[in-house]
Amino acid sequence: MKNHVWRPLFIVLAIVGGILITRTLLVPSDFGIWERGYMYGWHRKSNEDVWKKYPIKYKTAKVCAECHKDKFNDLKDSPHASISCENCHGPNYNHPKDPLGLDIDRRRDLCIRCHAYLPYRDSARAKIPGIDPQKHYPTEECIMCHYPHNPKKPNPKHHTAGVKP
Amino acid sequence: MINRREFCKKTMMIAGGLAIPLTALEIFDPRRLHAEKDGKEKVRWVFLVDINKCVGCGLCVKACKIENDVNWDANVTRTWVERYVVTKDGQVNIDSPKGCRDGFTTQKIDQAHIGLKEIKPEDIAKGFFVPKLCNHCENPPCVQVCPVGATYQTQEGVVLVDRSWCIGCGYCVMGCPYGVRFFHPELHVAEKCTLCYHRLSQGLKSACVDACPFGARRVGNIRDPEDPVTKIITMEPVNVLKEEFGTKPQVFYLGSSKEVK
Ligand code: HEC
Ligand code: HEC
Ligand code: HEC
Ligand code: HEC
Repeated sequence: MKNHVWRPLFIVLAIVGGILITRTLLVPSDFGIWERGYMYGWHRKSNEDVWKKYPIKYKTAKVCAECHKDKFNDLKDSPHASISCENCHGPNYNHPKDPLGLDIDRRRDLCIRCHAYLPYRDSARAKIPGIDPQKHYPTEECIMCHYPHNPKKPNPKHHTAGVKP
Repeated sequence: MINRREFCKKTMMIAGGLAIPLTALEIFDPRRLHAEKDGKEKVRWVFLVDINKCVGCGLCVKACKIENDVNWDANVTRTWVERYVVTKDGQVNIDSPKGCRDGFTTQKIDQAHIGLKEIKPEDIAKGFFVPKLCNHCENPPCVQVCPVGATYQTQEGVVLVDRSWCIGCGYCVMGCPYGVRFFHPELHVAEKCTLCYHRLSQGLKSACVDACPFGARRVGNIRDPEDPVTKIITMEPVNVLKEEFGTKPQVFYLGSSKEVK
């Protein structure tokens, strides 16, 4: 065959070769088929470690006990015992190194998540004593009267309202 | 000119060549063989949701957003809680304002642009809460549709997204029958529940599991017959969502009813 027939073929081969070379240069060596096979496991293996090293923020309530024994003990035998400290005070991060203190959420929003009355008789919500946030002392923070670490008791810090729940 | 004999021979060859499946041309990869042979791993994370215990406080959503740095104010979340209110005439009302980030604090049903819907307490047949999250399917359709291999399943069954590899095409967001994927508001890549892979790998439980005061959310290893979660899944009447899709979801529901979608 004549040269003019072969020439385009060489060009095509050169392009294909170029693509293959750039592909091997660009695709990382750990990209391939891993444990879950071709359909579900085609990925960069090192990315699993990236996710494993994601920083942990919530350290669970266990770590709080050693330094805040008083609060821990208050909470332990109260109706709120099952609520983890970090739900109300935010994640621990590396407290008390960083941050030094934790968030103290005194807003009513924190309490009405669970205590706003909802008329669903068979749901677990019905087992929590409910209030109407619009009617139950709407201008005050809940903790003015209720002690969050043991809601059976009045808050020792605040007696301004003079009401004992 | 081509004669009849030549013509028949060539037709047969072309037809035969077309019939060879494409897979036969795939280059042999020993790693793949290894992968398919040793499918039995020691750990397979599964999730258990107990609808009877959920009160709709949304502390799980709060913890998830903070633990995984999902923008607090953007209306996206990796996990959310839906409220189902079924009236006596059979109507099902479902809402999840802000994904239940701040809990359910009013009886009114949030109907987005239509406004709030009031339902009289005496008309309610039942009301309950359903936490939702990625099902970490055994056959995840979102992984199959990814054109670049940016989303995948680990050997423990967790479906993850490679943030530096994702091109943001959105196929996986469309492909998920459960609607659990979205675009990360800041990174602009596909985002989803990782089952807190970082916490599980270090012996902790998922952030939402630790946050739930009522034990409505649990995570366990289905390959361990002594795991309490495994015992419940094998011995009690559990349900999965949208079983008919064939995705083999690995989030199991206790106390589910026919309204739950
Ligand atoms: C290693 C000991 C240590 C641990 C563990 C610890 N804390 Fe603290 N915490 C401190 C110290 C010390 C302070 C006081 C810092 C300051 O002077 O503001 C503090 C302050 C606080 C405050 C703010 C008090 C205030 O009056 O402003 C809160 C809330 C708090 N901690 C909650 C927690 C919670 C919740 C945990 C568990 C997740 C926890 N702490 C774990 C030592 C600890
Ligand atoms: C139901 C939510 C809730 C839970 C659970 C909770 N706290 Fe608190 N905590 C509060 C609120 C609200 C205040 C503010 C009280 C006030 O100002 O009277 C507070 C105050 C504090 C303070 C500030 C110091 C003080 O004397 O007021 C510390 C320290 C603290 N909590 C630690 C803890 C620890 C440790 C736990 C877990 C064992 C815990 N809290 C669990 C809501 C909570
Ligand atoms: C995670 C949900 C949750 C949150 C948040 C919460 N509570 Fe409670 N609360 C409960 C539960 C559960 C009980 C106990 C129900 C029972 O077993 O009787 C309870 C009980 C109470 C009671 C009744 C105590 C009694 O006399 O028996 C009061 C008052 C109360 N909480 C106040 C508060 C206040 C104030 C806050 C905000 C600082 C708050 N709660 C936040 C779940 C919550
Ligand atoms: C001015 C003080 C005051 C404030 C503020 C206040 N309460 Fe109360 N609360 C009371 C008193 C007194 C009672 C008991 C008498 C009653 O049932 O009204 C009570 C009862 C309750 C009960 C019912 C306990 C039971 O056993 O049935 C709950 C739940 C409760 N409060 C939660 C809250 C929450 C949540 C807030 C904030 C949104 C709040 N309270 C704010 C004084 C207060």
